[in-house]
Amino acid sequence: MSDGKPRSFQEIILRLQTYWASKGCAILQPYDMEVGAGTFHPATTLRSLGTRPWAAAYVQPSRRPTDGRYGENPNRMQHYYQYQVLIKPSPPDLQELYLGSLAAIGIDFDYHDIRFVEDDWESPTLGAWGLGWEVWCDGMEVSQFTYFQQVGGHDCHPVSGELTYGLERLAMYVLGIDHVMDMPFNDPDAPIALKYGDVFRQTEEEYSRWNFDVADTDKLLHFFEAAEAECARILDQPTEDPRSGKRIIMVHPAYDQCIKASHFFNLLDARGVISVTERQAYIGRVRALAKRCADAFVETKAGGWTGDAPAAAN
Amino acid sequence: MPDLLIELFSEEIPARMQAGAREALRQRVTDGLVEAGLSYAHARAWSTPRRLVLAIEGLSARSPDLKEERKGPRVDAPEKALDGFLRSTGLTKDQLQARDDKKGQVWIAVIEKPGRDAAEIVAEVLEATIRNFPWPKSMRWGTGSLRWVRPLQSILCLLTTEAGAEVVPLEIDGIRAGDMTRGHRFMAPEPVRVTGFEDYAVKLKRANVMLDQDERAEQIWHDATNAAFAQGLEVVEDKGLLTEVAGLVEWPVVLMGAIGEAFLDLPPEVLQTSMKEHQKFFSVKDPKTGRIVRFVTVANRETADNGETILKGNGKVLSARLSDAAFFWGNDLAVAKAGMEEWRQALTHVTFQSALGSQADRIGRIAALAREIAPLVGADPDLAEQAAKVAKLDLASQMVYEFPELQGLMGRYYAEAAGLPAEVAEACALHYKPLGPSDEVPTAPVSVAVALADKMDTLTGFWAIDEKPTGSKDPFALRRAALGVIRLVLTGTIRMPLTEVSAWALSRLTETGKGTAADLLSFLHDRLKVHLRDQGIRHDVIDACLAMPGNDDLTLLVKRAGALQAVLGTEDGENLVQGFKRANNILTQAEEKDGVEYSFGADRKFADDPAEDALFDALDVAEAAIGPAMEAEDFAAAMAAMAALRAPIDAFFEAVQVNSDNEIIRRNRLNLLHRIRTTCGRVADLTRIDG
Repeated sequence: MSDGKPRSFQEIILRLQTYWASKGCAILQPYDMEVGAGTFHPATTLRSLGTRPWAAAYVQPSRRPTDGRYGENPNRMQHYYQYQVLIKPSPPDLQELYLGSLAAIGIDFDYHDIRFVEDDWESPTLGAWGLGWEVWCDGMEVSQFTYFQQVGGHDCHPVSGELTYGLERLAMYVLGIDHVMDMPFNDPDAPIALKYGDVFRQTEEEYSRWNFDVADTDKLLHFFEAAEAECARILDQPTEDPRSGKRIIMVHPAYDQCIKASHFFNLLDARGVISVTERQAYIGRVRALAKRCADAFVETKAGGWTGDAPAAAN
Repeated sequence: MPDLLIELFSEEIPARMQAGAREALRQRVTDGLVEAGLSYAHARAWSTPRRLVLAIEGLSARSPDLKEERKGPRVDAPEKALDGFLRSTGLTKDQLQARDDKKGQVWIAVIEKPGRDAAEIVAEVLEATIRNFPWPKSMRWGTGSLRWVRPLQSILCLLTTEAGAEVVPLEIDGIRAGDMTRGHRFMAPEPVRVTGFEDYAVKLKRANVMLDQDERAEQIWHDATNAAFAQGLEVVEDKGLLTEVAGLVEWPVVLMGAIGEAFLDLPPEVLQTSMKEHQKFFSVKDPKTGRIVRFVTVANRETADNGETILKGNGKVLSARLSDAAFFWGNDLAVAKAGMEEWRQALTHVTFQSALGSQADRIGRIAALAREIAPLVGADPDLAEQAAKVAKLDLASQMVYEFPELQGLMGRYYAEAAGLPAEVAEACALHYKPLGPSDEVPTAPVSVAVALADKMDTLTGFWAIDEKPTGSKDPFALRRAALGVIRLVLTGTIRMPLTEVSAWALSRLTETGKGTAADLLSFLHDRLKVHLRDQGIRHDVIDACLAMPGNDDLTLLVKRAGALQAVLGTEDGENLVQGFKRANNILTQAEEKDGVEYSFGADRKFADDPAEDALFDALDVAEAAIGPAMEAEDFAAAMAAMAALRAPIDAFFEAVQVNSDNEIIRRNRLNLLHRIRTTCGRVADLTRIDG
């Protein structure tokens, strides 16, 4: 690992990858779907369920259509990156491990004020909650630190420790950048030096316009309903695959549809067509899908199913 | 006498839970120790973000030996009875003693409970305390099943005597109690061994931990006010924030920084709320201009650059936050200047309560009601209606979405920006008031009209859908709304017929349920009683006035109650009640017995005693005075006239026997008593007065 201050956005990501790899995490790749946060990656949502140990870290591109600001706001975008770590069971020294990751990206504790400030995490769409903190560095929220208590309506046994870093914000702070678009993406001395804005300013404009004014709400609504129906249809299939004769519960394909429904809901929300009362109803519908996926996952091997225990009838 | 030191060391405890946790730890441990037979001289608890600490001085070293005697069955009782007794005492037959009793010989069990060492008891009590700790929210971690507010990392539990320190043997879910603690997370993270409380306190301070939360708060306040004073500025006092911040740090270091020029034009409430809610900063204002010009942040450590990096970072975060606030403010002002139509539209989609429609529906009702109420409070009906229509529009603004506590305050700014009349802008800010028994009550007529309309709409609305408060449950804060109505009416001495206003409002609701205006009035009366009792008005006085007609006019009601309470404080008044009750009782008994009502009017010609004549005179005088006084609502005069009856009534009862043998005289006297009842009854229902 290189010493001293990192010089670019990507160096911070690379240092986090190296650090968590050195602590024994599997370094996964981003999930290939539109999600609102790194938590939606099945490596977190599903893997936090059941009894099997797990340790993974990954970058997850995340989309929050309502946060679009046409690339003009210094730190608010509809597309950004989260760095996510999930370790199950949560190790007793998770706080120290986490602080080590801050040191790895060049935060010197002799000069900074690190604080763990109460923050109860809840994801109504995932039927999940946990207790933990926002971690503050000099008053800036740099991470969420959560001990999962429940996911998809299931109590977590054992408990997973989840760390989520808002990468742009953290990197801007470490690199001393005031506007995200000015942040060096690769090394500033590279032959072709790119700033964050060179990579993302145009897409922020394009998506902001589409999210807020152009997206076809009738179609989005239709997509939402289609994804919802498909999720249920997948989980309604018999457990035994008629072709292979194997027991195959299609949790991940079903969960993909849950992720899609959630994203369509976010887009509808950004278009301003969902009223406050309807909002709760939509969130409830996504949660129902997440819960069914969670129920199904714990019936699979990855979810701790051993084959000896009687599987729930499907 | 040993001293006990307990430290429960965990990952960061939420600041808002620390005070409750300190008290619970102290209470539960001391209760447990006392229950187990130990005594102690003194117990005190402290907290930091990472530890809960309890120190107990002068704990008894052992619980006393106990000897209990239990009486069993008679010696000649059947075997079965004896077996049961042996089972319940855990003794064998040869351990029992036979003793003489009134009914012969009985078995006596002497059960001896030897005292136990303090360490053993402490271990038991502490384990029970930890396992059943009343955290508002607790969690599990790792593979364990123990619940704590955040992962519990270590337990320090020491009994210290002159002979030395002894670790109390205790293990909970793999955490073994010891004599080790740790200092500040960053400034002195090494483990520290301690031998007792004094040693602990000294070593913690050396390890950059200020254990006493009050000391931390004092230091923060002292340093903050000093830093501000040096620049001719003042820290805006905020006790809640001070307590919270003191709960976020073990080693407080106060740093003061500047707010960017670009943000100084934001409304001060916005600056203050944004800094407090997001950053837990104190606001520092310039007393000359009243503007917020600096912030104070409290760091958890000293640094090599005296906080320069920390302050810079905090300033940057603040700028980002305030950029957001400025963005909202700019957008909101644009909407306001365009007449707020966008918000009006938005609120048609926001549900107020599923059975009561949208916020827009609600605003429509409040506006209509404000128009009705306006003449009663001296407000211009057009202005009141206009104010009611805009007062809640800020609920759709971005700033209020971000900071809900700024509702109303932002409304005032937006109404001003929209060029609305000053009365309207003021009503936007004040119509939520009063929010509690000590909150300021608006007095400007338009504000009062909207404030009353808002609260009456809430009350009638939830009454209509049968969502009344029950017991401790009052999810829609209807008691607060009722108190608001009461305080508004009384402060403004407003003459408002509540029954009529409620009935009007109820009739306009589409959802007409079981709640009636009369029912709502009795709820308001209940709240009024509570309110007046706090003001020192006797409950029986209130009852005596509530029983009178026109009791839905609270101003009149309270005026009457005040006058009655005053007259009851005089000797005449107090004795008049006795005389009245005597007259009333005699009359009631006679009426019941005779099955008639003695309301024919007494005839003076049958008066056969000077005292009786005098009472006729006095009643003539009183009636002549009370009539016009009541017309003029001059309760004091009416009460004085009534109290003047005291002497003649007393003299009358002294001199004559009402139930005379002469039936004509008797009936006439009963009719005379009826005049007393009627005359007094015009003023208040004295039968409700105690005593």
